[in-house]
Amino acid sequence: MQVACHEISLAYRVRGKRLEALSDVSFRVAEHEFVCVLGPSGCGKTTLLKILAGLLQPQRGRVDFVGRPGNNPLTAMVFQDHGLFPWMTVLQNVTFGLEMRGVGRDEREGRAFPLLERAGLSRFTRNYPHELSIGMKQRAGLLRAFVTDPEVLLMDEPFASLDAQTKLVLQDELLRMLGDVPRPVVYVTHDIDEAILLGDRIIVLTARPGRVQGEFRVTFPRPRTLAVMHTPAFADLKGLIWRQLEEAVRSVARQ
Amino acid sequence: MNATDRLAKAGLADTPDEAAAETPFAESERPGRESWLGLLLPVSLLLLWEVTARAGWLTQLFFPAPSVVVQTLIRLMASGELPRHLGISLQRIGQGFLLGAIPGLVLGLTMGWIRPVRLLLDPLISAFFTVPRLALFPLLMMIFGVGEASKIVIIAIGVFFPTLINSVAGVRAIHEVHFEVARSYGARPWSIFTRVVLPGSLPLIFAGLRLSLGLALLLVIGIEFISARTGLGAFLWFAWETFKTEHVYVGMLVAALLGAGIAAVLRLAEHWLLPWSEGLFHR
Repeated sequence: MQVACHEISLAYRVRGKRLEALSDVSFRVAEHEFVCVLGPSGCGKTTLLKILAGLLQPQRGRVDFVGRPGNNPLTAMVFQDHGLFPWMTVLQNVTFGLEMRGVGRDEREGRAFPLLERAGLSRFTRNYPHELSIGMKQRAGLLRAFVTDPEVLLMDEPFASLDAQTKLVLQDELLRMLGDVPRPVVYVTHDIDEAILLGDRIIVLTARPGRVQGEFRVTFPRPRTLAVMHTPAFADLKGLIWRQLEEAVRSVARQ
Repeated sequence: MNATDRLAKAGLADTPDEAAAETPFAESERPGRESWLGLLLPVSLLLLWEVTARAGWLTQLFFPAPSVVVQTLIRLMASGELPRHLGISLQRIGQGFLLGAIPGLVLGLTMGWIRPVRLLLDPLISAFFTVPRLALFPLLMMIFGVGEASKIVIIAIGVFFPTLINSVAGVRAIHEVHFEVARSYGARPWSIFTRVVLPGSLPLIFAGLRLSLGLALLLVIGIEFISARTGLGAFLWFAWETFKTEHVYVGMLVAALLGAGIAAVLRLAEHWLLPWSEGLFHR
């Protein structure tokens, strides 16, 4: 299955004024492709992801899930700041998506426990989110999406609020969890390093309203490790992307 | 074992700020060691009162010694007079509370969750909310008579508003991302209600119930002053009319203990039902 966005546009109404968030955004994500959407703050990255998740409807354009009858795939979204429910235990949070899809309790737990074990959370299944560290919360947020085995995985800057070291550890874990990227992944970030480390392709958006400004292919082989960040090719690609992104970032800073 | 200990034991306290955040609380706010400080002043005042009353420095007519009040309390309890009044007041509070809290909760959750319902009802609720509850009592007596019904209805009205307003606030305090998470995983409206709206609003609902029960106690005493022969308020009023000062003190003491008891039961229920809510207020 592929994800195809056709000329997506959306504007918000803020205090009576029209605020254009996205304008004619088009791109495709292939079946086994990990696409990072990179752009400055406020360029509509999260809005784009919410449209892909079905949480928002674009005012113009459409999203097609090519090769999926019904155009209604099982998506799972990983949210900024984990989005765990404070009133649910780790296990209840992780299995929430399965529960909403009508999966029985035994099967839910059977699918969740191996993942919790791998993520080092098996001792904390009965704990509440406030009893976990920030990194553990984010891991639980990732597991909630992974355990549903979604056809499309959507990730909204999941590591943005983490400290640099925890971020690196979780990026490394994510690379291992994804393996050979068996599904389309759309990952929104404003971090160039993260986009190059994780993505097969990077789509750069302009400052608001977000438009596709350019695309970069990342050719580092998978499975990748953090070591790729120290290669000259990584630095070269980062320089290229920054040159394209710089004007958008500066225009946001001027606002 | 607290969260930090659990993390440390598992070697998984991977963000040191977690441990750091809890250390100052653990060291400087240990409730066990310092709780005696809160008792120091009341106990000292009671002792001072006892000594000065026995020495005859206080007028016994207005300030009987605490020991005399306690003896009167024991006697009234043993005779069954006080339990009878207390039971009747509790029954009125219970019936009025259920009659007011259940509709307040249902309507509050609906208003909090469904914006058009909130927009429709908010002006009406705001207008009625400002009317002092006791000012409604004469009208209620005209409609429902001087029997039990008017008393229960006034308590129900008193309970209804704080429960409703806190339920609305409870739903509105739920972060939008939790609704988005639920919707993104395909939750249907009933699941959103049971898994997000209801549990997410419970901390503020409990705050509303605490307020409501405090108000119910206030109202039951007030209306029993005015139009009852039984109940804690009637007992207090009769004590005043017959100038039995010890009975007045006993009535006030029992009313205070009743309020504290209700608050304690609610705190226990909250602790049991909402173990997660502690995390909301510690950071």
